[in-house]
Amino acid sequence: MPTKTDILDLYFMDSRYKLLDIAAYLDRLDRHDGELDFRQRGFDKALAAMQAPPTGKSRAQAVLEALSDHSTEPADAATIQFAFGAPQDS
Amino acid sequence: MNYIEPHAHMVSRTTADYQAMAMAGCVAICEPAFWAGFDRGSVEGFRDYYRQLTEYEPARAKKFGIPHFTWLCINPKEAEDAGFGREVLSIIPDFLDAPTVLGIGEIGLNKNTKNELAIFEEHVALAVKHDLPILIHTPHLEDKLKGTRLIVDSLKNANVDPGRVIIDHVEEHTAGIVLDAGFWAGMTLYPESKCTPGRAIDILETFGNENIWMNSACDWGISDPLAVAKCSIEMKKRQYTPELIQKVVFDNPKKFLSQSPNFRI
Ligand SMILES: [Zn+2]
Repeated sequence: MPTKTDILDLYFMDSRYKLLDIAAYLDRLDRHDGELDFRQRGFDKALAAMQAPPTGKSRAQAVLEALSDHSTEPADAATIQFAFGAPQDS
Repeated sequence: MNYIEPHAHMVSRTTADYQAMAMAGCVAICEPAFWAGFDRGSVEGFRDYYRQLTEYEPARAKKFGIPHFTWLCINPKEAEDAGFGREVLSIIPDFLDAPTVLGIGEIGLNKNTKNELAIFEEHVALAVKHDLPILIHTPHLEDKLKGTRLIVDSLKNANVDPGRVIIDHVEEHTAGIVLDAGFWAGMTLYPESKCTPGRAIDILETFGNENIWMNSACDWGISDPLAVAKCSIEMKKRQYTPELIQKVVFDNPKKFLSQSPNFRI
């Protein structure tokens, strides 16, 4: 099994650049006019969930669950064919 | 290293992709029926698609020495029109005797609707009637968790042998739901959505190496027909032994797919 140092060697630079991309994306949203919508509210919840995942959940699970529809009944009909990436009630 | 690509939409790929996959060590390609990026206008459009899957693609793959297999169904997006879905379902038995058909798939849900679920259940009944394995597509992004739960509940109610069902496109929040219920799980290496190679290996480390495979699901979207081969290199970087890499990219898919009498490599 790889050690923490092995994982850092493999993934630190890649994760560093992805982190910076998220920071720059949030700055970009701040800089531009208009309104945020449910997608960014879901994103903010996911960021918080990543920092403090519920007991028994990994960070990745917490992020995915923050960005999931938690309703349980089948929908009456499809109004769109695609998915947004965050639930519309975020 | 030899590997099996258990989920690829080659109708959307170039012949050069077949060549690249052969060079990368791909020894079998399995192609589930899916949404072509647009809604087809008639049942005959599906008949032509099934002919493409059972006649044309095997011939195209054979030029590169790769056996090509297929799964048949109407995908959940087009099954939202349940009347149309049933008309298409009625022609599927015409193709089930083709020598490269493995089973029914990729059926499943897209927006988790009542009609999608009804047509899903009719496909499951068709598979049971013909004693065929099932390959299942789980919905995208925010719809995946709910869809996976609905699918697992529906299959439990139908008393289907979970060892003959693979539920594909699992991620960290759904892999446990699928594997704990005894089903096989598929991980899809797809840019922008689904899994990166790094995350797919994390899922193996978290949930184990049994009853799980990985695929590229390469199609008309931004996707990579060599994703499985590239992930096996990532596994090597993560200090997986050659035996363990082979288990995930070859032995596991071979074990599941061999439940279809038509799967021979
Ligand atoms: Zn697919």
